[in-house]
Amino acid sequence: MEIAFLIEKVAIVVILFVVTLTIAAYSTLAERKVAAFLQDRVGPDRAGPFGVFQPLADGGKMFFKEETTPNGANKWLFIAGPSLALLTSFLGSAVIPWGQSINFFGRIVPLQVTDINVGILYIFGVVSLGVYGIMIGGWASNNKYSLMGAIRGASQNISYEIAMGLSIIALLLCTNSLSFKVIAEQQHGINWNFWYQPLGFLIFLVCAFAETNRVPFDLPECETELIGGYNTEYSGFKMGAYMFAEYINMFVSSAVMATLYFGGYNYPGMDFVNLHLGPTWGPLVGVAVLLGKILAFIFFFMWVRWTVPRFRYDQLMNLGWKILIPLAIANIVVTACVITFFDKF
Amino acid sequence: MILFYLVSLLTITFSLLVIFTKNPIYSVLYLIATFFTFTIHYVLLNAQFLAVVNFIVYMGAIMVLFLFVLMLMNLNKETEPMKSNLIKIIAVIAGGSLLVTLVGSFKQLSTLGISTVDKPEIGLVENLGKVLFSDFLLPFEVSSILLLSAMVGAVLLAKKDKSENG
Amino acid sequence: MESLSGRKKVLEQKPMNFWERIYLPAIFKGMGITFMHMFKKKETTYYPEQEREFSENWRGMHSLKRDENGKERCTACGLCALSCPAEAITMTSAERQKGEEHLYREEKYAAVYEINMLRCIFCGLCEEACPKEAIYLDGPIVPSEFLRKDFIYGKDKLVELSITDLAAQKGVLA
Repeated sequence: MEIAFLIEKVAIVVILFVVTLTIAAYSTLAERKVAAFLQDRVGPDRAGPFGVFQPLADGGKMFFKEETTPNGANKWLFIAGPSLALLTSFLGSAVIPWGQSINFFGRIVPLQVTDINVGILYIFGVVSLGVYGIMIGGWASNNKYSLMGAIRGASQNISYEIAMGLSIIALLLCTNSLSFKVIAEQQHGINWNFWYQPLGFLIFLVCAFAETNRVPFDLPECETELIGGYNTEYSGFKMGAYMFAEYINMFVSSAVMATLYFGGYNYPGMDFVNLHLGPTWGPLVGVAVLLGKILAFIFFFMWVRWTVPRFRYDQLMNLGWKILIPLAIANIVVTACVITFFDKF
Repeated sequence: MILFYLVSLLTITFSLLVIFTKNPIYSVLYLIATFFTFTIHYVLLNAQFLAVVNFIVYMGAIMVLFLFVLMLMNLNKETEPMKSNLIKIIAVIAGGSLLVTLVGSFKQLSTLGISTVDKPEIGLVENLGKVLFSDFLLPFEVSSILLLSAMVGAVLLAKKDKSENG
Repeated sequence: MESLSGRKKVLEQKPMNFWERIYLPAIFKGMGITFMHMFKKKETTYYPEQEREFSENWRGMHSLKRDENGKERCTACGLCALSCPAEAITMTSAERQKGEEHLYREEKYAAVYEINMLRCIFCGLCEEACPKEAIYLDGPIVPSEFLRKDFIYGKDKLVELSITDLAAQKGVLA
């Protein structure tokens, strides 16, 4: 039993790792394709049909590029920065339930790496740790632009974590649980949390953009002001690690949003499908639905990137501290009042 | 149990490194590592909520600000003020008396404790919340007022004096 | 400040109303616009396979023309070099010998004619200066090279192919 359990967990971890890497790699292609389509172009289409081998070509290019370390850079921390960024981005996907428990040759396998009962807080911890990769890398580069980017990244992440946490608290009032598994199970069918917490979702969405350093909040790496921000001095695969970390962050935050607010693997009519496809294929459809939601969110991230211009730094801070935090607190108060008076949820 | 000793060893090593490294940035990084081992300790003690909160608040927010300030100050060896022998002696005396106090208090404590570990669910959010909002409501609210006053004070300090700068 | 021309218009900026201030409607409108662009016709030309048409007044690579009998028109008068603001053109003249009448139209011709394509700004002044209608900037884009010396184009690259050359080329192809 122990061995089987171990094999099961290792298998889930490996599959998750591979899927995450693949999606991150293809996100780079998708980013360019989406950018192209939104600008009436076709995008990269030379490497294979429709450019499907473009990520491989990019990866190969990145491997063979010269790795430079600037003079006066802190050698050890210069490597630690991108490694930490990549590590923390991977950690988040451990607590996300990818589907209902699946019947795999007579064995009930939960499609989740681990169900810790403070799953949401764990995600927060990992996200808050993510800023170290940027900070350490930016400082170790011994470059003023990198340092500026690192400092911007740190203050931006800290500011938006607060609003993010407050928006989640309103959600927790509805769900009564911190465990992702329980939250996902509660949203059976179309009973998604989004219908109860639209404002909370909006705040969470904006904060997710800020936490993943995506446009319109990409101030830590804005090219026009800071050259490349914290990754100005990076080249070759260390640069690739930062880029990958960004795309994996995007993937994980999409998964979190899909699970918390859009029902995760739940979809209308899932009972009917499960009844007809059996306990093995039914949950797999759920997994596909979750992946579809995640891809839709990733597309949304890119769509916003090519629509909304970058915020100025004071606008960013005003939005975070003077608008989102009061809104989130108001959302908590309203939710708490509704729950207390109507005892609805 | 082996895990406990391993983690404790790491904790002590990292905390010693915090003190002995010359570069303040390294000190902060080792401090972060120390906090991380604390988190593992909390998990081993089955206090998951405390572990995660320690993780988020200390590692994710407070240490980031520490690092932030240190990076901006750009501390080099030349700018570090010389410490006189008198200060060193005073520091040794103060540290020694703190050690004596701690050892004394731990001796007193050793007869108590270990009675609450029977309940493995004690550290979970639900139980913690119930205890906080029933038995310890007054201290909880008082501490929140303390935090609020600290926040108001910080805002007051950060605000410019209008009479001077017009 | 008072406007001297009297044509200054002061733009009136109204304070934004509530919906404008929360920005969200504007953002959604913008996103709608970008989304509609997904389905528009793509403007891409697949370059090596497809080439975009040059405009009427396009100025590209130079070519030295021949007259209707296949003789070189250039007489090495040097007006093009004189008019060139970038000093990209140099030439050496030579006298036409007996038996070369079918090659050069006038008694004097350019033995060496070089244009430095890195200096050239494709202004077309040489074309305008030429009294013999010998030089035209009617070629394609100057291709890229790896070495600077390869950008100095001699007569081998500049002079239009003669009828005999064209015939020879066709013979090779056939």
